[in-house]
Amino acid sequence: MDQRSNKLLKLLEQDCTMSVPQLAAMCDCTEEDVALRIESMKDEGVILGYKALINWEKTDNQSVEALIEVKITPQRDKGFDRIAERIYQYEEVESCYLMSGGYDVTVIITGRTLREVALFVSRKLSTIEGVTSTSTHFILKKYKQQNVIFEPREEQKERLIFV
Amino acid sequence: MIDYSQVISQRVQDIKPSGIRKFFDILENMTDAISLGVGEPDFQTPWHIRDAGIYSLEKGFTKYTSNAGMTDVRKEICSYLSRRFDLRYNPDDEVVVTVGGSEAIDLAIRCITNPGDEILIPEPSFVCYGPIASLASGVPVPIPLVADNEFRLSPEQLEAAITPKTKALVLPFPSNPTGGIMELEDLQKLVPILLEKDIIVLSDEIYAELTYGRHHVSMANIPEMRDRTIVVNGMSKCYSMTGWRLGYACGPRELIGQMTKIHQYAIMSAPTTSQYAAIEALRNGDGDIEAMKEEYDGRRRFLVSGLRKLGLDCFEPRGAFYVFPSIKSTGLSSEEFCERLLVEQKVACIAGNAFGESGEGFVRMCYAASMQNLEEALRRIELFLDSLKKA
Repeated sequence: MDQRSNKLLKLLEQDCTMSVPQLAAMCDCTEEDVALRIESMKDEGVILGYKALINWEKTDNQSVEALIEVKITPQRDKGFDRIAERIYQYEEVESCYLMSGGYDVTVIITGRTLREVALFVSRKLSTIEGVTSTSTHFILKKYKQQNVIFEPREEQKERLIFV
Repeated sequence: MIDYSQVISQRVQDIKPSGIRKFFDILENMTDAISLGVGEPDFQTPWHIRDAGIYSLEKGFTKYTSNAGMTDVRKEICSYLSRRFDLRYNPDDEVVVTVGGSEAIDLAIRCITNPGDEILIPEPSFVCYGPIASLASGVPVPIPLVADNEFRLSPEQLEAAITPKTKALVLPFPSNPTGGIMELEDLQKLVPILLEKDIIVLSDEIYAELTYGRHHVSMANIPEMRDRTIVVNGMSKCYSMTGWRLGYACGPRELIGQMTKIHQYAIMSAPTTSQYAAIEALRNGDGDIEAMKEEYDGRRRFLVSGLRKLGLDCFEPRGAFYVFPSIKSTGLSSEEFCERLLVEQKVACIAGNAFGESGEGFVRMCYAASMQNLEEALRRIELFLDSLKKA
């Protein structure tokens, strides 16, 4: 990965709606070069997808989100991966990370209601063989996600217009 | 009835008001205008710096500081200048902390100017040097720079402007509004002339951190020039701290001491909260500078390439955060161009002649704006240029 591809990734990470001509101008290269690099990084699995960041609280779509700490007994040969896979395959699971520290896997899930989340944990997650304990924390309020602060700051009102 | 023209000093009356003023009223009444006119970063001051300011308030550090600025601020300034630009100053007596770079410029010019002394000012450049020189009873002498020479100051131009009354040369690089810079070779060519004619240099380096592809060099980096150069810099542009009003001047102790004397009587001391924030910025802010610079660099390339695609001749700016395209091909004057672009397409930029007569035929656009705004501005400029062609 050279510097230019790195720069491209940083720009896309900030705003993936930037157009190829824009990216080309900002990276000081041709549009063809940008398009080619993006294509090949998609093929290599470096760029996995483009999604909008949504503040669901401002919509009618009410849902609950929880972060679950999961302890696991690792399996011979497969370690944690096999059990993690059994967890992350569920559609409800939004994110799944292997952790260092006091527990093994973080699972973030979204459900329509508290009950739905509870049922997922008690019926699906806890019953997976190798899962020894779970601890569920509901997310009460999102302040910031992926570097975006949810409540926009107020703009300073009186400013010098020309300097 | 008071006749105020008798009250107000002739020197003040002789200073022309800024020609930019009339755009204010038009812009103020527009809702969806895009302003590329503001010469300030669009980032907020990084949080750790704001936090240091807040913390100092919580602690109740709200008294005056020593006139020259807190010892820690002066130490951090010297360590920063040495680390980033290889400039060495003694924090005890070669630095004064000021209310923005602007005050430092004022102090420097007032400190060295006798009545009738000529101050050489390369133009187009920031608007303050001439009026400050006039207020200090000096005579501002503009040196018009040209796009063909990338808005650099040549030794020939310098020599031609010197008279027996020449006292000082202002070096405003990286340049607002052109984005031009002076590299080491450019500076070196001026040195023999400056030494022979015994000229003091006021080097306004407020944009020193914002150079693209090459490192800023100061006149004070040249050993023979170090003790005849006053370096002015500040927190505003590199840490996005315009409203904190904190700058500084460095130079030989004889000059800084006298400048501190003026500062002591006129200002007392720079804002205390800002000084605490500045310590944090100078100590731990190098990463912020790099991040902002990278961001500006992308926008710079985007705007320059966009303007060129629209057929505007555009010198590639190597510093600061402005582009200075020529609009001569449109047949309009700089002011006509700006006024019509604002009224017809609601994009605000600044007529080049606001920065000196040699800026006529150019406009200044600031790319410290969001990408969305830059893109939309380019779209509107295209519409405007098309409408000119059809007319």
